[in-house]
Amino acid sequence: MIVFDWLEHFGRWVVWQKQIFKKPENLGMYYKETIRQMYDIGIGSLPIVFLIAIFIGAVTVIQFYYQMEGTLIPPYYIGYIVRDMMIIELAPTFTNLVLAGKVGSNMAAELGGMRQKEHIDAMEVMGVNTSAYLVLPKVIAAVSMIPILVSLAAFVGVIGGYLASVPSGLFTAAEYIQGLRAFFIPWNVTIMFVKAVSFAFILTSVSCYQGYFVKGGSIELGQASTRAVVYSDILILLADYFIAVVLTG
Amino acid sequence: MIKAKNIFKQFGDQEVLKGIDFTFEAGKNNLIIGQSGAGKTVFLKILVGLHQPTKGEVWYGEKNFFQLKKEELRQVRMDVGMLFQANALFDSLTIEENIRFPMDMFSKMTLKEKKNRVDLCLERVNLEGINNKFPSEISGGMQKRVGIARAIVLNPKYLFCDEPNSGLDPKTAITIDELISSITVDNNITTVINTHDMNSVMEIGDNICFLNQGILAWKGTKHEVLESKNDLLEEFIFASPFLKKLKARALGK
Repeated sequence: MIVFDWLEHFGRWVVWQKQIFKKPENLGMYYKETIRQMYDIGIGSLPIVFLIAIFIGAVTVIQFYYQMEGTLIPPYYIGYIVRDMMIIELAPTFTNLVLAGKVGSNMAAELGGMRQKEHIDAMEVMGVNTSAYLVLPKVIAAVSMIPILVSLAAFVGVIGGYLASVPSGLFTAAEYIQGLRAFFIPWNVTIMFVKAVSFAFILTSVSCYQGYFVKGGSIELGQASTRAVVYSDILILLADYFIAVVLTG
Repeated sequence: MIKAKNIFKQFGDQEVLKGIDFTFEAGKNNLIIGQSGAGKTVFLKILVGLHQPTKGEVWYGEKNFFQLKKEELRQVRMDVGMLFQANALFDSLTIEENIRFPMDMFSKMTLKEKKNRVDLCLERVNLEGINNKFPSEISGGMQKRVGIARAIVLNPKYLFCDEPNSGLDPKTAITIDELISSITVDNNITTVINTHDMNSVMEIGDNICFLNQGILAWKGTKHEVLESKNDLLEEFIFASPFLKKLKARALGK
């Protein structure tokens, strides 16, 4: 029964959160681990996030130009569309879907490997709250670094749009910049950050859950890593829909 | 001293441990032996608190382990060291950082004091000067000794060793046994060793618990093993014709 399975996992996940958010045994050790994770997630993901953002911005501009060519809509609208699409949807969602693959699978594999090599048992015997020590720094690092990555992705996406359109003569720099400055609604930036933080928590929490509770050998570890990505992606898309409904309704 | 009282453990429909009573004595090498699948590892994991028994109690001195409050449990945990079958050394940390880990997490010692303690532990296991190496850069036997060094770094009262000789050549295995034994005696530690290495049984078996299909089938010392009339134990210990001949010769038959 898939529904009961899901409910069981959800219940276990909820109970597990209580362990994760317990008071740390040693703040210094948690701090060091959080900084390491922030570096891995933040700096380690910059190249892939930039690459994807620049192409998304570029493709968005080219396709909108294609659809709007010959209509009465002024060309500067494309700058406006690219800006808002990047801020509201493309930067937070695409960045997190990509990070679910890069960071999420890495977290699941790391924790699963530690479980299989008895590292987690060794820490438990020492008296370490492994749920907190191994997961909380990852959650804090993701929730603080991913919104920064998302902001950068939005900015780079807009630059990608510029590079794909202005040098090739689709329209002028002035028109594009006019579009970027038109009809700006600050609330959209809030939506971007709400999405970024929510998606970051989902991808970290789901991926760590898959890795931490892995059982079996290398095949099961691979499956857990895959599940981490697939479930994170599904939940991110669901959350995207609900946040859109609630914050733009 | 650790007392296991009427320990039962069930996984689904399968009953792995069926009412085990045993006392692990301080200052002695307490061995849990038995065939693969006899329930040794499950029993050890229950003793150390990694598994909860379905029924029964584990007493650390005067403390009922599974009834302890959070802070009491933390205190008991600080008195426990464990050597894992695959060593469980953290690959991304150096040998020094591995040994220092329990101190970093729980003690308020200065870095210099911690480093001194690491050096002392490495000296104790005859591995001076490898502080900055990574676990992947040293041999299996050395990894075991580093595992022991990490297990004793907080001066534990209880030391648990899960298959300490697995994957080691006989000579290195003897070295590890001697090391564990001397640490046990010198520090009056309650050491519990899960093994199916017959050399260990005959060399350091001060107090032996023989499990068969989840039941305590025999208990005694290494001296009593030779004269035991327990068929299951004899079948397990003297499994090969060569060992049977050796036993006969030792008993003058």
